[in-house]
Order: sequence, then structure tokens, then C-alpha cells
Amino acid sequence: MVYSLPEEVLEHVFSFITLDKDRNAVSLVCKSWYEIERWCRRRIFVGNCYAVSPSIMTRRFPEVRSVELKGKPHFADFNLVPEGWGGFACPWISEMSRAYPWLEEIRLKRMVVTDESLELISTSFKNFKVLVLSSCEGFSTDGLAAIAANCRNLRKLDLRESEVMDLSGHWLSHFPNTCTSLESLNIACLGSEVSFSALERLVGRSPNLKILRLNRAVPLEKLSTLLCRAPQLVELGTGAYSSGIRSDVYSSLSKAFLGCKELKGLSGFWDVDPSYLLAFYSVCSRLTSLNLSYATIRSPDITKVISQCPNLQRLWVLDHVEDSGLNAVALSCKDLRELRVFPSDPYIADANVTLTEQGLVSVSEGCPKLQSVLYFCRQMSNSALITIARNRPNLICFRLCVIEPRAPDYLTLEPLDVGFGAIVEHCKELRRLSLSGLLTDRVFEYIGRHAKRLEMLSIAFAGNSDLGLHHVLSGCDGLRKLEIRDCPFGDKALLANVAKLETMRSLWMSSCAVSYGACKFLSQKMPMLNVEVIDENGSLDSRFDSCPVEKLYIYRTVAGPRSDMPGYIRTIDRDRVNTIS
Amino acid sequence: MGPQGLGLEITELRLGLPGGGGERSEKKRRVVCGGGGGGKNRDMDVVVVGWPPVCLYRKKSIQVRKMYVKVSMDGEPILRKVDLSCFQGYCDLGMALENLFHCHGIGEAMKEESESGEYVAIYEDKDGDWMLVGDVPWLMFTETCKRLGIKKRSDANGIVPCK
Repeated sequence: MVYSLPEEVLEHVFSFITLDKDRNAVSLVCKSWYEIERWCRRRIFVGNCYAVSPSIMTRRFPEVRSVELKGKPHFADFNLVPEGWGGFACPWISEMSRAYPWLEEIRLKRMVVTDESLELISTSFKNFKVLVLSSCEGFSTDGLAAIAANCRNLRKLDLRESEVMDLSGHWLSHFPNTCTSLESLNIACLGSEVSFSALERLVGRSPNLKILRLNRAVPLEKLSTLLCRAPQLVELGTGAYSSGIRSDVYSSLSKAFLGCKELKGLSGFWDVDPSYLLAFYSVCSRLTSLNLSYATIRSPDITKVISQCPNLQRLWVLDHVEDSGLNAVALSCKDLRELRVFPSDPYIADANVTLTEQGLVSVSEGCPKLQSVLYFCRQMSNSALITIARNRPNLICFRLCVIEPRAPDYLTLEPLDVGFGAIVEHCKELRRLSLSGLLTDRVFEYIGRHAKRLEMLSIAFAGNSDLGLHHVLSGCDGLRKLEIRDCPFGDKALLANVAKLETMRSLWMSSCAVSYGACKFLSQKMPMLNVEVIDENGSLDSRFDSCPVEKLYIYRTVAGPRSDMPGYIRTIDRDRVNTIS
Repeated sequence: MGPQGLGLEITELRLGLPGGGGERSEKKRRVVCGGGGGGKNRDMDVVVVGWPPVCLYRKKSIQVRKMYVKVSMDGEPILRKVDLSCFQGYCDLGMALENLFHCHGIGEAMKEESESGEYVAIYEDKDGDWMLVGDVPWLMFTETCKRLGIKKRSDANGIVPCK
């Protein structure tokens, strides 16, 4: 006879369990634990908004305070997902406004959000605190005005990288004078000028403001004013970082920075005038995060700054940093965890900067805590990759983009199979990997064999045959997201690994060799999958089974086929498949 | 080891869909020079959507534009041209002008309020007015500058750099 603990005690114990994975495990123990758990779950994360429906969520979890949703596939960032694909936030927000009056936080990524939805958010949730819209679109400053005006206890408004229709800069004035709760404000993506006086007053009456990211339109002359109002800032994103040459901006700016004793993170730096760079000299020794990836400044200036930042943990920079700058990073930044080097001129073939594989090798040697890498460059070699792998077996995220598709090892002219093979072999905790360069099926053999913890894999212009895809699908036990473009992968690998697809969040394949017939077969065999075929040019109805599909998105779902698709997307309907053949 | 002969034809970068079909809309095109791995085949311009994988937000922020403007100098019949997008700021521009015309002191004159230096740099803005170089933020200057001029200080009556 098992005596169980009273509900209240169990609920109290469960309150210490925060990870979704653990919460899900708890709910599977027995019926009563399932019941108790579902009533006390406060945070929900839905990695694919079409994997479940809003009503299923609200029915199971009635007392939620925080919801995070993701919409479009990752490749939407690179223009591969057509307009109107989906990811509409509206049905979710409507349902949540009905079911969760005490909702406090909404985080959306790659979703389409309307002004009506923003208005609904602002009026439905009395205790609303956090709104994060990451890479979203479909709304304007009018929607933001509603949020500002109605959310009395707003703590965080973060519009990171969203596309906002800029109708007026006056939305900021809609924050009432009584609003003093703001802790984080990110308006960096806004194109036009916000009312500076409203901004200044808002900052001045927000004593808990820790994160402030301005947009490009805020001139450098005004930055010191804001900093003097908010010396408690922990993270700052500047606006444009240049001024007329004869102004006294430099002295007031450096004085203002001197007053910011808590500042640990800097970003922004559009249109940088190097002569203003060392105005934040006094902050450098404390900096843990520095984003110079919009600053088109040259290597000597970047190096000067970086050498002053011994506590840097995260560095985002353009390839202007060059190998010399990265050597300085390797020497000075021993605490570095994350490095991202973006291309300044991605569309020309020849480099105009001296950034090679050497820079990354140096950092891998000099920075023992390096875990996460995103690196764009124009040449790579197997020996460099092997060195990096041996230096840094603690890598968790490795995204390498050799800019020219199918570029071989520039020293030996061989494929980069062995190099990437070394990465997956040595870095046993690798969770995310992006491949590039000339790659054959061999690299996938290595990945399937070694990358057991890999969760996300991005492949482009690689492989020889279905065997490559088969290695990945059959070998990578932890795979959740797989995105592939322009690879010669067809039906065989998919059809040999149908069960695998249900263990993953999603699979994207574009410009590959999967046939329409295979999609139909997959859809028939796997009722828990939505097999969506995207064809912008032809007519989906007249497709022969042997025709290759343009783009394919397969994801597991308990919500059935979706009904909000534009005409050029079709979920392969299982019933129709039966009647056609 | 080139891509030919490995059955990679299906992944060849070309206009149109696999299996034939029309061209995609122009607005999504991006140019990547070079045809494929194995050699330095830079002559072939191939169009690939979404490559390299730089997100839209970032692409919009870093737009490389060429901004060539004419530079004239008093007493010199031949004009020169400079690309404003190549310079980091006023100091760079000052040095470049000094090198082009072998006239010392332009860069200094931009910065300081002193009356020293034989020459000053001026520019014609979008409205057609002639302005002293250096007053406005660099980017604003590059967007409004239509042409540059180098004048002898003695000729630029009434134009005095001031705070």
C-alpha cells in the first residue's frame, strides 16, 4: 500500500522543478501527479506553434503565467520561407486572453503579430510584465502605443530584430507618468526617431531600468543625457556612434560612462567614428558582453578596445577584426565563452579583410572557456578544424560558414569531411552544428557516429547521396531540428527513417531531391506528422508522384493539419491520398 | 576534386527550380561570385537565395554603398574623385584630401578652431548650399554631400570654424 503525500506538499515540491523536461517527466509518473503538476505549471514553452493548438494548451494547463512560442522555421531568417507562410500569433493571444487573465509574460519568436493582438494583450492581462518579440513582424508603433499606455506594471519590452511599421515616434509618450516599473527596454530595431523628451522622462522615472537598447536614430550627443539619468544600467545599446568633429561630445560622454558603475554589456555602435570609441574606456575592464557587429571600424581600433576588456565573455564583431584582432582576443580575453564573427561584405568572392581560419584557431588556443562559435570566413582547412577540435573539446555550439558554397580545404583541395569529423569526435557535448564548404557523405558518417548529443544541425550544398542523410537520421540520437538546403538527398533516407521524424521537432528540406510521392507516403504512414509541401511556382494539384518538391517542412504535431496556409503550401492530406491512387 | 562526376548535377546552382520552371522574382536574388568548389572559378556569377546565411535584419543594417564625389581645388583645373564610403570619419577624409592635393593642414583645419592652415574643406549639400566640412555627424555628412571643394582660407571670407 503506497501512502502518497498530500497535494499541497507535492505541489510545493514541484515548484522547485523548473525545467520543462523534468516537469514532463513528473507528469508521467501517475494520474494524480499529472493532475497536480498541470495545475501548478506556470511556464510553457512551445517550440513550434503548430505542434499543438492554443486550446489544448489552455485545457491542460489552466494556471499559466508565462508563455513562449516560436513560429517560422529558422531558415526564414535567410529568406527561404515565402511570404505568408504562417506563424500567426493571433489565435494564441485570443485564447490566452480568454483563459489566462493572470498571464504575466509573452515571448514570441518569428511570428506574425498584429496591432489588434498587441492591443488585446495590453487590455487582457492585469498583471502583464514581460513582452519579448524576437524577429517578429506584422505590427506597428500603434500596437506599441497600446502596450505602453495600458500595461501598468510593464517590466520588459524587448523588440529584438523585429520588423516594425514605424508610423510615429510618439508611441513612447503613451507610457503614463505613473509607470515606473520598467527594467528592460529594447527598441534597437526601430527605424525612425522616438520622441527624445519622452524617452528621457521614461528613463528618468525608471529606477529599476537595467537594460536599455536604443535605436540608430538616437544621436550620440543625447546619449550622455540618458546615461546620467540611468547610471544603474547593466546593459546599454547605443544609437549612432558618431558626431560632428568639433563637438564636445567626447568629454561629456566619457564622464557619463564613468558614472555607470554597473555597466557590463555594450551593443549598438552604428556608424562608428573611431575617435569616440575610447569614451567608454572606463567601462572596458568590467565588460562581459560586447557587440560591435554593426560597427564598421578597422582592426587596429577594434584591437585597442578588446585589449582593454579582460573580462569579456561574449564578443560579437565583424570580420574587420581580422586575424590580428582575434590574436588580441586570444591574449586578453581568457574568460571568453562566445565568439561571433560576421561578414562585412558577404556578397563578394574575394576577401578585403585579412580574416582567415587562423583567427579562429588562435581563439580556440587562447580561450579555454570558449563554448559557442559562429564564424564567417573565406577559407578553411582540415588541419585548422582538427586543431580547433583538439583545443576546445568543450564546444557546445559550432557554426562555421565558409562563404563560397562547396569550397574545399584551401591547402589540400580536399573536402572538409575530416575537419568537421574531428569537431564531432572531440566535442562530445556538441548541441548545435552548422556545416559549410565541400563535404561528401563521409562527414555525415562521422556525424552519425559521434554527434550523439547533437540537437540542431544545418546543412547546405553538401553530401553525395541519400546515404549522407541516412547517417544523420539513424545516428544522431538527440536530434531535434534538422534543416537542409541544396543537397542531393532524396526519398530513400527519409523513408528508411520515418520513425525518427516523430522524435524530432522539425525537418526542413529545400532544393533537395525528395519526391511528391514520398511525401504522400510519409504522410500516410505517420499520422502524427504534418508533411507540408511548399511550391511557389507550380500547381500542387498537378504534381506527379515523381516530381521533386521545392520545399518541404515536416513536423510532429497533436493539432492535426493547419488551416491557415496560403495557396502554395499544402499539407499532404491523408484522406485525399487514399482516394487519388 | 570537383563536383562533376559525383552525381551532384541536381545541386548545381542555376536559375529556376529543380525539374524546370520559371525564374523566381528578382527581389530575392543575391549574387555570390564563383560557381562551385574545386577551383577559383570566379568568372561565373551564380545567383543563390539566402546564401551566405546572414539574417535580413543584419543585411539591412550593413549596406555597402559607393559614394563617389568630385573634389575641386582652387587653381587646379583637373578635379579628383573620392569614395566617401571608404572613410571612417573626418580624419580619414582630411588625410586623403591632403594626399590628393598635396596641401597640408586640411585635416587639422577641420578639427581645430585655430586660424592656422592655408586651406579649408567645404562641401555642397543636397540643397545646393556650400557648407563647412565637419559640423554634422559623419554619416549625415556622407548622405548629404554632393561634392567637395578645397578653398584657400583667405578666399573663404566669413567662413570660420566655431563651436
